Amino acid sequence: MDKIEFTLNGKQVSIEKDGTARLLDVLREDFSLIGVKEGCGEGECGACAVLIDGVIANSCIVPLGNAQGRSIVTIEGFSGTARYRVLEESFAECGAVQCGFCTPGMMIAAESLLNGNNSPSEAEIREGISGNLCRCTGYNMIAEAVALAAEKGKGLW
Amino acid sequence: MRKDISRSIGKVDNREKSSGSAEYINDRSWEGEVHYALTLRSSIVKGKIINITFPSAREDVHIVDYRDVPGKNFVSILEDDWPVFAEDRVSYLGEPILLLCGPDRTVLEEYRSRIVVDYEEESPFLTLQDAVEKSDPIVSYTIDTGDYAGASEKAARTVKETFETGRQEQVYIEPQGVVAEYTEEGVVLTGSFQCPYYVKNAVINTLGWSGEKVRVIQAVTGGAFGGKEEFPSLISCQVAVASVKLKKTIKLIYNRHEDMEVTTKRHPSLISYEAALDGDNRILGVKMDVKLDGGATTGLSAVVLQRAMIASCGVYHFPAVLATGGVYLTNTVPSGAFRGFGAPQTFFAIEMFMNHLAAKVGEDPVAFKTKHLAKKGDATSTGGIYRDDILMAQMIEEVKKMSGYAEKYRLYSEKGNPRGIGMSLFLHGCGFTGSGEADHIKAKVYLERDEEGRVHILVSNVDMGQGFKTTMMKVVAHSLDIPLDQVVFNNPDTKYVPDSGPTVASRSTMIVGRLLVEACEKLQKETGPARVEANYSQPDYIKWDQDKMKGDAYPAFSWGVNVVEVEVDRDTWETTLLGAWSVHDVGKAIDDRIIRGQVDGGFLQGIGYGLWEKMELKEGRVQQATVTDYIIATASDFVTVENKLIDNPYALGPFGAKGAGELTLIGGAPAVAAAVEQALGAEVYRIPLVPEYLMELKKNG
Ligand code: FES
Ligand code: FES
Repeated sequence: MDKIEFTLNGKQVSIEKDGTARLLDVLREDFSLIGVKEGCGEGECGACAVLIDGVIANSCIVPLGNAQGRSIVTIEGFSGTARYRVLEESFAECGAVQCGFCTPGMMIAAESLLNGNNSPSEAEIREGISGNLCRCTGYNMIAEAVALAAEKGKGLW
Repeated sequence: MRKDISRSIGKVDNREKSSGSAEYINDRSWEGEVHYALTLRSSIVKGKIINITFPSAREDVHIVDYRDVPGKNFVSILEDDWPVFAEDRVSYLGEPILLLCGPDRTVLEEYRSRIVVDYEEESPFLTLQDAVEKSDPIVSYTIDTGDYAGASEKAARTVKETFETGRQEQVYIEPQGVVAEYTEEGVVLTGSFQCPYYVKNAVINTLGWSGEKVRVIQAVTGGAFGGKEEFPSLISCQVAVASVKLKKTIKLIYNRHEDMEVTTKRHPSLISYEAALDGDNRILGVKMDVKLDGGATTGLSAVVLQRAMIASCGVYHFPAVLATGGVYLTNTVPSGAFRGFGAPQTFFAIEMFMNHLAAKVGEDPVAFKTKHLAKKGDATSTGGIYRDDILMAQMIEEVKKMSGYAEKYRLYSEKGNPRGIGMSLFLHGCGFTGSGEADHIKAKVYLERDEEGRVHILVSNVDMGQGFKTTMMKVVAHSLDIPLDQVVFNNPDTKYVPDSGPTVASRSTMIVGRLLVEACEKLQKETGPARVEANYSQPDYIKWDQDKMKGDAYPAFSWGVNVVEVEVDRDTWETTLLGAWSVHDVGKAIDDRIIRGQVDGGFLQGIGYGLWEKMELKEGRVQQATVTDYIIATASDFVTVENKLIDNPYALGPFGAKGAGELTLIGGAPAVAAAVEQALGAEVYRIPLVPEYLMELKKNG
């Protein structure tokens, strides 16, 4: 057992657990953050993406111990922000959500991308979300949604 | 809300899905103690189970196997050959033998790792070729329309080619999962399902219970593509048996690796074509044969085969057709439903065959295809009639304009050019094959107006991402001329919804949507709270003889044209997409943007099928059982698609709509393969077009 302390969606939390536990499981099971999805469990699909100190990470391959002292934001935390609202609207407007299983992870990827580059080109958008698999949409409407969000959300990123 | 129905609206489930609050099966919490289930699987390909040695018993590990099945130990599909749990023999690697259930997954895993199964191995069929050489098909059909023998006698020449297609994995991003709850009234199954009533009927059969005691609820479903058509019936039967035995809630969620190793795949195929051509290079008839690898169980293979054979003429009219086909069993993971359902295999073959024939007779492929296009009033492959307008000629012109096809085709024909452009023409029969809708499905829908005037859609078809909820809510809101927020469509629960059939076969919008329109007409005659129902009846002019495979196989067809442009790297033999264009006739889109979503997603799955998605088995074991090894495209691999829809309303569809879900996948592989052929300057006979194959093609000239 290790005692791990970190900031989760803006709140200070602490948990006693084996530091090798997958961050994904801890978020889902100990903190009931079900918006963090498991699509592959091997760091390849991005469904489990979260922000660690503002940078996207696949929580299925992050050991809990690595969270020590960091700030973690999941879709549940991110969905309270103005940036999220712009992304949500843009995703809806562009038809970027089908089954939705990849969507929270896509939102996190979009945030991480726009955070570093607030007016990305199409190629940069495609590259920015290429760590997130979507089997439903063929990605075009997602790429358009991210471009639209960058446009609509001028000044937010 | 009487506007043009096609005008897009925001989908009703966007918000819950975007914010992460939508509850998929693994996200729900359950009352009482939950036991997890873990599956013990066959570690050999084929043989007898001689003995199973278990570690010493533990209170927190329960074993559930075939001896616990109160009813029949097979999954009720078409044939009774798919065991819920293996009894004394196994017929593929990964076949489920038993479940371990308990509150702690780590304990279950540890326990499972110490179970020893002794087998007496037998020699298996590992490939389709193997099974074809050494066994008979378990099901076979013949389509005989016109007089092929006569045609080939008259022919100036005959040309024969053979084609091969591989397995394809659905890779819905949410893996399979189901939960069984044991309650006073019976057992409740909640899961990631396409077909709640398939699950219900299978569980009734396996438990030997009456229908009232089995309730099935669809959880939010994270993609399916056919993969959640029949497979969920298997795991639902397993957890139902466990739940009844242990009187507990049992939760079974696959991880990705397990999902990719043991769930159903698209059928591998071997397809041969022979064409009889007259002196003017017109096709007098075709002879076609398709062999499908069914994997270890029959499952839905017979119906997949029917679709593959009925597609034998592609979008063309040939005066004579002789099509034969068979399903062969191999000792491999069962093949099953996947968007397109047999059609993608045949369309790859027929479209390549037509390209190759055009080259042989020295004609332009599109011109050669155009002169053979089926027209309204022509006979279908099964001797039915194309009753509705066919707009393919116009659609071809349209896609040429959009893509600059003619110019690029000319340019890329120059020798040594690394680029290529290809066009595919395709159709999809909407609804169940043959008499399926009328004889087997007999869809029923309810529509209910409550005290507050809200109208509830009660059907068993599901939204699995394709936008069915929004689509049906629009159909009802427009029909009744009420605002969308007055319409309620909850996830199907068999306690409340009638059996309106499964969410498959591009039938839901066309058939169930149409029934909802009828129900709306009835509801308008009622005042206040009321419930009305509508039942499917087949138009009398549709006639089908299943034994002879004769007549109208489908009430309507949707049509499509794809163009794909590629570049092939002559060092790595990797193919890069440069452009993709599509024109579809789906009757009338109920929502343009939803259809565009179907087009984009289906097109990419089709291109992936042709280009990247390779799933091989070695000694019966799937070699690409992770998303690292099995390549599905990322955003960087695909290009923006330019799409167009052509309105061609179908009289019996809701607002003119026909099926759209499967159609969009079918043209991807043949279009990309045609483009690769041009880039390579070599003919293609097999998909996927992985670099090793392209290199081999080039080497062998
Ligand atoms: S579940 Fe973590 S990357 Fe797929
Ligand atoms: S919307 Fe289904 S996986 Fe992306």
